[in-house]
Amino acid sequence: MAGGSDIKRLLAEWPAGRVRESVARARDCDVEAAMARADAGEELSLKDFAALLSPAARGFLEPIAHQAQKLTRQHFGRTITLYAPIYLSNVCAADCLYCGFAANSGTARKRVTLGLDALRAECEALAGEGFQTVLLVTGEAPAVVTIDYLADAVGVAHEYFPSVSVEVYSMDEREYGRLVERGLEGVTLYMETYDRGRYAEVHRKGRKQDYAARLRSLQLAGAAGARKLNMGVLLGLFDWRLDGFWCGLHGRYLQKACWRSGVAMSFPRLRHVPSRFSIPSQVSDAELVQLMLGMRLLFPEAGFLLSTREESRLRDRLMLLGVTQMSAGSSTRPGGYATCGEETLEQFAIDDRRGVAEVAGAVAAAGYDPVWKDFDRALAGS
Amino acid sequence: MIDDKLLIAGREFRSRLMVGTGKFASAEALRAALEQSGAEIVTVALRRVDLAKMGEGSILSAVDRSRYLLLPNTSGARTAEEAVRLARLARAAGLEPWVKLELTPEPRYLLPDPVETLRAAEMLVKEGFVVLPYIQADPILAKRLEEAGTATVMPLGAPIGSNRGVKTRDLVKIIIEQANIPVVVDAGLGAPSHAAEAMELGADAVLVNTALSDASDTGAMARAFAMATEAGRLAYLSGLGPLRNQAEASSPLTGFLDS
Repeated sequence: MAGGSDIKRLLAEWPAGRVRESVARARDCDVEAAMARADAGEELSLKDFAALLSPAARGFLEPIAHQAQKLTRQHFGRTITLYAPIYLSNVCAADCLYCGFAANSGTARKRVTLGLDALRAECEALAGEGFQTVLLVTGEAPAVVTIDYLADAVGVAHEYFPSVSVEVYSMDEREYGRLVERGLEGVTLYMETYDRGRYAEVHRKGRKQDYAARLRSLQLAGAAGARKLNMGVLLGLFDWRLDGFWCGLHGRYLQKACWRSGVAMSFPRLRHVPSRFSIPSQVSDAELVQLMLGMRLLFPEAGFLLSTREESRLRDRLMLLGVTQMSAGSSTRPGGYATCGEETLEQFAIDDRRGVAEVAGAVAAAGYDPVWKDFDRALAGS
Repeated sequence: MIDDKLLIAGREFRSRLMVGTGKFASAEALRAALEQSGAEIVTVALRRVDLAKMGEGSILSAVDRSRYLLLPNTSGARTAEEAVRLARLARAAGLEPWVKLELTPEPRYLLPDPVETLRAAEMLVKEGFVVLPYIQADPILAKRLEEAGTATVMPLGAPIGSNRGVKTRDLVKIIIEQANIPVVVDAGLGAPSHAAEAMELGADAVLVNTALSDASDTGAMARAFAMATEAGRLAYLSGLGPLRNQAEASSPLTGFLDS
């Protein structure tokens, strides 16, 4: 049965009004019930999850943080895996108002797609720094950044790194399968926002306009054999409580639909956006933390990823609250590590500019073992 | 009692506590745990190791290979073929041909796949590996693996990292009763009393990781587990009394028959 229909139905059962009401109705006792259930190692109900995202839970952040830390350590130990993004291309046919790569962002800066030799140079630079886990990123330009190209890029990157994931445009199952054959481990694909109205407002062009197709993608990736399905909402686009709830619902669904794949969560927060766009629903640090903690209680075993969008000061704190994987020393422009200068367009400005060694040092200082390798080539491919 | 050694595939071990290395905060924390645990068998996930560099710069540098038998495990493998590939790589890199089979296709509870585990065991035994499979507490599967030639079976007490103790107690008892190879209770042991319980049941050894790496003093917790493992073993060998539902009457009802 086709993927999208079930999650579509689930989301239809939880329209904005119902989620809003569940969140608004939550009292202290509901938050405490959710915490008790998490403490007992039981699966949280959706009502519990709504309570954890509610204003009532704000007063419980400290005890919930302790629970989240405990659950994370139980499942991942005291380790944090380090990874780096590799931007393959900043060419983009989509027009997402919040994104630096958008076709109509007004920028005149250089757009490039790395050739495979340039990609090798990028890989060598990152491998030289110790990385064994990378995320290949592109804009949405399937005519330029073709499936053939992506398959080759995954193959090349896999020669250097055991763990290769992609964050690219949504594909069908056969296309994901081609990347998996070449050694792909995971797929990152954010729904951005689950609210259809806001989704349509901010996605103005390209295949990304197709909400239903995007909603289906991660399940197709799982069906094609991707081991990690990394999801998230772009915080700032819509009410984080609603989007967070829907994302949790989607994650629950994916765990059942793709039982061989691990669901992971990212918490990207809009910070620097093109001048034509203003962030509609700013998310504060406390709200970001509340969402992350609620997600941890809902998904004790999910990997949580944190990028360099956030500042070092906050990243060092979030490490203790459930993050299991962090990028370090990142560049968000193609060729940013070895081959191009600053003349190429970047996707967004990063706010943790520390070098790799410094981030690894901060991880160790927080009481965690910085892990470089957490996958093996023997596990990848067909 | 004096010569109570654990024998696996013809090799003798004094310690009946095995330690996993996956979740420690630092090499020092792991080293302290290993030291105090008295363990001789230390398992390590191959997916975490750069076999080309053999642990250099990773937490594995804490494991002195002249003191410990490094038991590579296949965690992360979802199919028999993946596990076999990993085992071969480890052997090719110079590790001893011992492998702890972990075939856990489902990432939430990391429960072992019985079908793939049996397949992988059959393949690896043929290739001359000493195979220690992590399994569900399934007595029939345990016998099938024994027939396939595995060196041990390693039934779980509870899901990995859950700290819930020997939730599979009744089935583990049957496995122990029927096994002709060592039974190692692996996974879920969150407290020394859990280790003691498994040993009292007659398990030949136990394996722990999370309970040690999670402790604020990894060395002290490892020592506590070592003591509990030994205590449980000693109790098992000394013959525990059976559980009774009623108090034993001190004035027997049929005593008059003897007089």
